[in-house]
Amino acid sequence: MIMTDHAHIDEHRDDEGAKTGMWIFIFTELLLFGGLFIVYSIYRYLNPMAFHLAAEELDIFIGTANTVILLVSSMTIAMAVTSIQLKNKRLTLILMGITVCLALAFMVNKYFEWSGKISHGIFPGSEILHQSSQGEILFFGLYYAMTGLHALHIIIGVAFIAYVMWLVKTEDVKHDDYVILENSALYWHLVDLIWIFLFPLFYLIT
Amino acid sequence: MENAQHTHIVKYKTFVVVLLLLLVFTFSSVAITQYDLGVYSVTAALIFACLKSILVLMYFMHLKFDKKFYTIMMAGIVLLIVSVITITFLDYLYR
Repeated sequence: MIMTDHAHIDEHRDDEGAKTGMWIFIFTELLLFGGLFIVYSIYRYLNPMAFHLAAEELDIFIGTANTVILLVSSMTIAMAVTSIQLKNKRLTLILMGITVCLALAFMVNKYFEWSGKISHGIFPGSEILHQSSQGEILFFGLYYAMTGLHALHIIIGVAFIAYVMWLVKTEDVKHDDYVILENSALYWHLVDLIWIFLFPLFYLIT
Repeated sequence: MENAQHTHIVKYKTFVVVLLLLLVFTFSSVAITQYDLGVYSVTAALIFACLKSILVLMYFMHLKFDKKFYTIMMAGIVLLIVSVITITFLDYLYR
């Protein structure tokens, strides 16, 4: 009994270290996507016409809608950090819940977008793409790889935020101990940050 | 003392203002790329994307309110990515 009390008092906690670790992880993610952006820009430079034609195929409306969804969800998770600091557990859970719902809405949009493309026969290795130019094959290959990798990050982010919601519910995360909520928010902002560049590169620049 | 850096609480209103700015930049970049401005549409779209990411980094990711250490590291990573892109393009442009 005395032992466990003692262990509790001496509980090691390093919020600054936890946050620095999260930032370093974010840097590795930025370098990963940075590398993909370089591949994209070089192939675009080498195949300007094919990339122009292929980019016209993408739906700007869906792209813009998903941008708005992600920006709003970024705001709600940022607000969740403020509300846990203000000791408002209920509002924190609501804001995190909204973030998760918006993330799922993003994925639903992505599903319709991808299935639309696939039903038109545009997917890696399809007959139609085989008859297209090298540049168009590259564009759609990069489109599926980069938006797919980004979507994977969305799924991981949803799982991470849902886990932290559970911790908030059980009071393992509270107003004086919330670094994991901050870190999940940072991860979610990273997902938003990547999309801020994916969106103009694939949908807007034609 | 240990939690000194955690005491800064960002107001909800700040986040709403930042979101509105982000939305304005998003719609501006959509609008400007509808015109065929050649290389300028690419430049404009990327400038808006950079402005948006600065807002997200400074306010949503708390860089403005955290220790300067994080901002310096972030700037280092941006510099690294930009220089790699520049060097790669110099290679393709002048080979």
